[in-house]
Amino acid sequence: MTLLLAVLALVCLVPAVAAVLVRNLIHSALLFVLAWLGLAVFYLAVGAEFIAFAHALVYVGGVSMVVLFAVLLTRPGRVDPLPPPSTQRAIGGVAAVALVASMLGSSIFWTRLPSMEPIPMVSLRRLGELLAGPYLVALLLVGLILTVALIGGLLLAAPRRPSEGGDA
Amino acid sequence: MILAAAPASPADAWLERAPVLLRDALTGWLPDALRPWVAALLSIATILGVFGLLFAYMTLAERKILGRIQNRPGPNRTGPFGLLQPFADAIKALTKEDIVPRAADQVLHFLAPVVLVALSLIGLAVIPFGRNLVAVEMEASVLYFFAAGAATELAIFMAGWASRNKYSLLAAMRALAQLISYEVPLLLSVVPVIVVAGSLSTTDIVAAQGGWAAGLWPHWHALTPWGFSAFAVFMVAALAESNRSPFDLPEAESELIAGHLTEYSGFKYALFFMAEYLGMAALSAMAVTLFLGGWQAPLAVLEFIPSYAWFGVKLLLLLLGFIWIRATFPRLRIDQLTRLSWKFLVPLALVNLINGGVWAATADWTGAAAVVRWFISALGVVVPFIFLARSLSAGYGPRTYRYASP
Amino acid sequence: MLGKGLLQGLAVTAKNLVGSYHDPARYVTQEYPEVQPKLPEAYRNFPFLVSETADDPMGTLRCVACQICEKECPPQCIYIEKSKDKKPDANGKLQIYPAVFAIDTAVCMSCQICVEVCPFDAIKMDQEFAIAATDRFDGLLLNREQLAKPNAYYHQIHPTEASEVDARLAAERRAAEEKARLAAAAKAAAPKAAAPTAAAAPGVPAASASPGSIPPPGPPPSSS
Repeated sequence: MTLLLAVLALVCLVPAVAAVLVRNLIHSALLFVLAWLGLAVFYLAVGAEFIAFAHALVYVGGVSMVVLFAVLLTRPGRVDPLPPPSTQRAIGGVAAVALVASMLGSSIFWTRLPSMEPIPMVSLRRLGELLAGPYLVALLLVGLILTVALIGGLLLAAPRRPSEGGDA
Repeated sequence: MILAAAPASPADAWLERAPVLLRDALTGWLPDALRPWVAALLSIATILGVFGLLFAYMTLAERKILGRIQNRPGPNRTGPFGLLQPFADAIKALTKEDIVPRAADQVLHFLAPVVLVALSLIGLAVIPFGRNLVAVEMEASVLYFFAAGAATELAIFMAGWASRNKYSLLAAMRALAQLISYEVPLLLSVVPVIVVAGSLSTTDIVAAQGGWAAGLWPHWHALTPWGFSAFAVFMVAALAESNRSPFDLPEAESELIAGHLTEYSGFKYALFFMAEYLGMAALSAMAVTLFLGGWQAPLAVLEFIPSYAWFGVKLLLLLLGFIWIRATFPRLRIDQLTRLSWKFLVPLALVNLINGGVWAATADWTGAAAVVRWFISALGVVVPFIFLARSLSAGYGPRTYRYASP
Repeated sequence: MLGKGLLQGLAVTAKNLVGSYHDPARYVTQEYPEVQPKLPEAYRNFPFLVSETADDPMGTLRCVACQICEKECPPQCIYIEKSKDKKPDANGKLQIYPAVFAIDTAVCMSCQICVEVCPFDAIKMDQEFAIAATDRFDGLLLNREQLAKPNAYYHQIHPTEASEVDARLAAERRAAEEKARLAAAAKAAAPKAAAPTAAAAPGVPAASASPGSIPPPGPPPSSS
């Protein structure tokens, strides 16, 4: 089990790191897909079947498409002819690593795990009943927030009518 | 692995149990530890063999039926009735030179057909091909199927982008737009089935469609108003998901040469074709499972025919429908394609979701109330259909000609 | 109503699918190598040489190796060598004949100009279209023996045209015989005439016996 988790961690982390380092945007997007797939397999390995498939469906099937579409539709920016001096780049790198390390570290070391006992397997039916019962309000709120975000995005992206253009 | 279930009366027939008996005969002599593994390998080999042959003869059937529809014979030279044509095609594809453009992204160009075929195949694992005939039994198998199928257009994108060809890139963009548009109605049309059957497992969904109303009318989902609507939406979305005409925009031959296939040749090209047919077969198999009662016989007296034969017949009928549609309809434009999805199929599927919910909530209505239930459900399909159809086709009257008489 | 047109379209294709199995009007394909096409009479490509009989094609060629077609041929695909000797033709008259007559069908463009210029109706257009060969130099270069086809074959492929040609040739032959008879009669009467004219008289029938030198008659007789 530990070996499997280690392999999965590698499968998730290596593409993720590579995705950040690779210059080619399409490559990094596809590497992200690989990392997401690794996460889905991880969920499967720890017994969360539903989450695993939902994760694969939403991230590999949906989010990756949106990311790729955004990359393809974005005009490449002007490349700065002079790279910043190496000291500046070093400082930037150190700052970025420190930031990520502090965030990850704080979440790893300060989060209280409830217990190390194995969590009882939740059947899909039970999961559905929980979501539609005690957590219904939370679910609806999440849906509402997402809808608001969607409408907001539409409003931002919609072409302005010429009559309103003067005010804005 | 193939599961053995509690024997029921038609399930005891020898033909019905033949695949399981064969499996047991082949694996019975093995030690217990090895047996599940060998059984799993056997079911994989069976699926590969059956669907490989199905792919081979689908290409032939498609060419012959398209030919007949266009009043010509179709391939009939290779063997009797052209039955050896698929093998001739395979030899041709295998012996052709495999060309990779110099500017192409070598890794992705190679990976795309492989990923595509793999993704098209893994969905077949959860389809119950007959009573007790399902490769992998799991609780969320419907979700698994769509998660597996969702990434196919990603492979098409990889193929199109990696080719470094403007036509291929256009195809890649179209594939993405098409997937984003049609994944939504595809999944939304499945949700009412899950609500009514109360399960995400394909075996449970098939079991829920067993039995006959008044001994004649099967309890298949497609034979209820909400189910018919969901089935229609599912099939239109499945056409688009499997890049079949009239939604074959990514490979639109007349505009994009062959779209993402432009820079592929030889066996890789054949792999793309294989993936197209396998994806089509997988989606049709899912439609049979979700809406057409899976392996259930249409009448109780016909139950002596084994369940896998019924499944095969339904699957072939749906595939025939795909070919028929391809022979009939011209290709849509990309804006028409997305409009059809977002302005027609998605609202229809959303209304149908409520319709299916109502149907599930009124499951205990009997007698006169059952008639009312059917009426409500039919109303919930016809009214939104008419309303949406009006709004979709508003401003698109019959074409008038200035000089020619139509 | 959305979908009505779609269903109509599906009905049309379904009718075609079913109809192609029992309705000959919907299924018009002729499977070529087994079923040879029925070519229209006016169809023409690649010339052939007309011989009078099928038994002795080389002896009864109408061609007299005048080389007009060779000179007129636009792509210059005809090659002719005249014979040194003379042989009797179908009418028993001594003629020069082509010792070599070759047409390179790889070059020929089926323009029919050789047919139009031939004063002897010796070269005509064929209907042979399947001339594929494995060697384009030998296989497509047709010699005299390969080109010669009997008049009966000409009647078979172009019946109307062939009967017109036959009628015209017969008329010309009759006219020539008539002239020869008249000339003979004149010759018989010649000894009574003046001596200078007698020297010129033998030349006249000799020239008029050759069909080429006779001006083409008007419309051929209606007899077939």
